[in-house]
Amino acid sequence: MSTILSINNLTKVYSSNFKALNNINLQIHRGEIFALLGPNGAGKTTLINIICGIVNPTEGEVLVDGYNIIKDFRKTRSLIGLVPQELVAEAFETVWHTVNFSRGLFGKATDHAYIEKVIKQLSLWDKKDNKMMTLSGGMKRRVMIAKALSHKPKVLFLDEPTAGVDVSLRQDMWKQVRDLQKSGVTIILTTHYIEEAEEMADRIGVINKGEIIVTESKNELMKKLGRKQLILDLRSSLSSIPASLSKWALELNNDKLIYTYDTAKEEFCIPELLASIASAGITFKDIHTKQSSLEEIFIKLVKTS
Amino acid sequence: MNFYSIKAIYNFEMARWWRTVAQSILSPVISTTLYFVVFGSAIGSRITEIDGISYGSFIVPGLVMLAVLTESISNASFGIYFPRFTGNIYELLSAPISYIEILLGYVGAATTKSIILGIMILTTAGFFVPLEIRHPIVMLFFLILTSLTFCMFGFIIGIWADGFEKLQIIPALIITPLTFLGGSFYTINMLPVFWQKVSLFNPVVYLISGFRWSFYEKADVSLKLSLIVIFVFLLACIVLIRWIFKTGYRLKS
Repeated sequence: MSTILSINNLTKVYSSNFKALNNINLQIHRGEIFALLGPNGAGKTTLINIICGIVNPTEGEVLVDGYNIIKDFRKTRSLIGLVPQELVAEAFETVWHTVNFSRGLFGKATDHAYIEKVIKQLSLWDKKDNKMMTLSGGMKRRVMIAKALSHKPKVLFLDEPTAGVDVSLRQDMWKQVRDLQKSGVTIILTTHYIEEAEEMADRIGVINKGEIIVTESKNELMKKLGRKQLILDLRSSLSSIPASLSKWALELNNDKLIYTYDTAKEEFCIPELLASIASAGITFKDIHTKQSSLEEIFIKLVKTS
Repeated sequence: MNFYSIKAIYNFEMARWWRTVAQSILSPVISTTLYFVVFGSAIGSRITEIDGISYGSFIVPGLVMLAVLTESISNASFGIYFPRFTGNIYELLSAPISYIEILLGYVGAATTKSIILGIMILTTAGFFVPLEIRHPIVMLFFLILTSLTFCMFGFIIGIWADGFEKLQIIPALIITPLTFLGGSFYTINMLPVFWQKVSLFNPVVYLISGFRWSFYEKADVSLKLSLIVIFVFLLACIVLIRWIFKTGYRLKS
């Protein structure tokens, strides 16, 4: 898979001497949805702002489709669309004018047919003559997306796109993001909703204290760092775990027998465990498994970094 | 040169102007009319002529300059300050557009507004006093140059300001007093010698003097000196804007 965004040894130190980014190296693949996770103040927005040209880098290099963001800024910026965290469009402008303005600002000739298509895709057509200040938060968020798409970018940054958006609208937006990916747009999103990353992302990067601490495909990450639990609901309570089962590091919790194992390691063997339990004369009425969520993995990563 | 971007900013700013037409056009025109009523009729009846020109006609260039200077600063500073205030500046900074193109869009639109306003005030003056413009090309040149220079100055204020108070402070506390004391309503020759000398430190004297010369061939200072002063101020604005863009002062961290 080819690289559309290449970040090499990127460092940002603000004038207050705060080091927001420390030697970031990151490659984003063409056509993927990449979720950048991190706690508040981790450096997510600084990273996006540098790539988009809003903040100056201190050191390092960023290439968008092979073009340098400083030397070839016209080329790189025309390839990028940005939906910022804050809803900041001009309050007195209509939806139609503000989206057309964005297209012109990005150096593209007027194309009403395309803007109409984008606005319709985002279910904004009936609001096109409404002033921005009359729209709800969710609608404003859609307008921000329409503005970002107005010049047909190849890379779209969504900085917390569903913050403050209700559940049904969030799912609508997830669908729209997937449709964009299908149309060939590479999407980089930051989010506080881990379920959003779990639902949408092909790959996940975790940033903390200005450093990328992991970059992995979502499935690999969950496989590598995730833990599974096998839970047996016992027919009768046990006072203690029999000595014959000591090699399995089982936990006894009321009438549940719990076995926690690491999916990345191969030493576990469930059939053997079940056979040992049966040999020990323990019977159970139900069996189920639980896998650690991305949220648990994220918290674990941030705490240990 | 990214003409589509310049056009987008220019049209956006002009559209904003039309949306607030009462504030941007009617208000200065009404103020000017009141100046004519108060200064032209009330005071003009006591000061009949200055340098052989009726008092009503004499104050026309000064009134045009007063409106053009304040509106140039106000329009250009608000144009760039408002997206900074709302946070919408992100779009400008992330667009494939150079600083020169941003400047052309904002200052171009603000200059256009000032020129239109200047012409409207001249037209309004025509209803009160007979208008005589002996050198219309020079008059237009002065109008354009002054509008451009003070729009650039306004752009600098719009970037420097970090609140609405600062946005108003330069026009209200510096420009308006300098214009009133710069010979808008009198010739500096009417002042005592000491205050004549003090007035020569007021740059607005040179602008009004040059502009008035294009109307009546009467001036407090020579036309050449007026042009030199305005070009020096324009150059100072260009140097300052260049520094702002080079350092990203208050635009980029």
